[in-house]
Amino acid sequence: MSAVAARRRTLPGFGLTMGLTLTWLSVIILIPLAGLFLKSLELSPEQFWNILSSRRTLNALRVSFGLAFAAACVNLVMGSIIVWALVRYRFPGRRLFDAIVDVPFALPTAVAGVALTALFAEKGWLGAPLAALGIKVAFTPLGIFVAMIFIGIPFVVRTVQPVLQDLDPGIEEAAGSLGASRWQTIIRVILPSLAPALLTGLALAFARAVGEYGSVIFIAGNLPNVSEIAPLLIVIRLSEFRYADATAIAVVMLVVSFVIIFAVNRLQRWAQSRIPAR
Amino acid sequence: MTIEVRNLVKTFGSFKALDGVDLKVDSGELVALLGPSGSGKTTLLRIVAGLDWPDSGEVLINGEDALAQGARERHVGFVFQHYALFRHMTVFENVAFGLRVQPRAVRKDEAAIRARVKELLDLVQLDWLADRYPGQLSGGQRQRIALARALAIEPRILLLDEPFGALDAKVRKELRKWLRALHREISVTSIFVTHDQEEALEVANRVVVMDKGRIEQIGSPDDVYDNPATAFVHGFIGESIVLPVEVANGTVRLGDRPLDLAAGGLAPGASRLFVRRHDMLVGPPGSGAFEGAIRHVRNFGPVQRAEVALSGGQTIEIDAPRDRELRAGDTIGLEPRRYRIFAG
Repeated sequence: MSAVAARRRTLPGFGLTMGLTLTWLSVIILIPLAGLFLKSLELSPEQFWNILSSRRTLNALRVSFGLAFAAACVNLVMGSIIVWALVRYRFPGRRLFDAIVDVPFALPTAVAGVALTALFAEKGWLGAPLAALGIKVAFTPLGIFVAMIFIGIPFVVRTVQPVLQDLDPGIEEAAGSLGASRWQTIIRVILPSLAPALLTGLALAFARAVGEYGSVIFIAGNLPNVSEIAPLLIVIRLSEFRYADATAIAVVMLVVSFVIIFAVNRLQRWAQSRIPAR
Repeated sequence: MTIEVRNLVKTFGSFKALDGVDLKVDSGELVALLGPSGSGKTTLLRIVAGLDWPDSGEVLINGEDALAQGARERHVGFVFQHYALFRHMTVFENVAFGLRVQPRAVRKDEAAIRARVKELLDLVQLDWLADRYPGQLSGGQRQRIALARALAIEPRILLLDEPFGALDAKVRKELRKWLRALHREISVTSIFVTHDQEEALEVANRVVVMDKGRIEQIGSPDDVYDNPATAFVHGFIGESIVLPVEVANGTVRLGDRPLDLAAGGLAPGASRLFVRRHDMLVGPPGSGAFEGAIRHVRNFGPVQRAEVALSGGQTIEIDAPRDRELRAGDTIGLEPRRYRIFAG
């Protein structure tokens, strides 16, 4: 870039901020991740494949990604309903409920894990009636699912809330006066307008649930092949000094997570592109 | 289709938005609700549309009780000030919306919907924008699409809430003419809300002037301009010179100076004299009811506007033809050609 062009730039500070951005991202994210990949290169492809195709690894990955996705979907539905209630209605205690949504952000995950375990254990407040129905939550995959829902919910709520707040109430009135039923208005007008935010919330809740460790290990029971999550398996391999095994699982988690989040991001961009800025 | 509103009252908390409003709109009319913000005009429109509900009173559309129906059943076309287009749908789908959400039993088939949307886009002269999204259109284009969308359901009546309020002056003027022509073409009974008197006078067959939740005057555009019923209407429509006067024994006094004006049977007491700027005729000093000195003169298109300090101390602005020679410093006589005096 010529000196003249550089001087003409209306927004100064590009060089400085871009430099800081790259340095910071490198130190915090890229270099540790590169280390991870380098470490995994110590394995031959055959060893790599053997680790990944072992039954225990596959089951751990299935538990982690499967339950995280299921929990994110539940959070998407319930989070949207919570957002609707918080934004659209005025009721006593609304601000309190609004604040409570953030609790999973701040609570140490181990505390959440212990609390959920106590609650859903066979003699717990919720665990006892569920046990009477023959449903066991604590120390089963269902427990992992509950913990993942708990830690994911604020991501959906906080992403969708501002978008719903900004939604022009006129579009609902317009839909109504054009003859749309309440249901048609929600399906055809409100949900499509919220779609980009909903997808972002889904992706964030999913990413959080995949990476969750603290709360899950307390409630999971951690039975290999049944209720053992991939992050726990990594820790177990580390404690057995099988660093290469741990790295291989970590690499796969990283790649799969990245692919999924990137795909959701593209989907979200596509939905957004259909709603150009005013 | 006729619209009739009887003794409508609506309060928001302690604010009286509508304070006993009666209005009858005949079939095929284009009526303007004109008033300053807070006068209740938008509230009245929204109640007719079914988007708001009155505390008491009646709304009849074509003689039927409209308050028994929700917005959905009233079959009313509503155009919003900020368009309220569906941003995730193309222009085509926006216009088609009202047709697609109809109950299956009466819904048109796809070909008929396409034909109808095409027809409406032709009517608003924007058929070439069918595949765009609202975010890609200008304000004027968006409002025309919003109008096409409202007309798609073949509404019994058409209600427009400050339809040109968010547009710039030039586009507003174009759209005004266009709306009047469109109304002549489709002649659906319409009410539009505006705070712009020029818009009301230019577009409407009949103007309803509102203030503080009440109707001040209903009349033709000429009527409300030439024969304002109240001081508010005189002051709100057109530019007025307002002078505080005193009525006593059938004479009118400005300060301690008697004016050669007829009091017209007004009760004695403090009153206000209203004169249009262009109705103040300029004559030689000593002629006319007023005398004053010209402070300065500026040209405004076809007229010149002079600021005049009256001998009583008040300063007024008058409009005179450009060929009348006026110079700052001159003393002139002024005679109101037409005027109104309102008590209070």
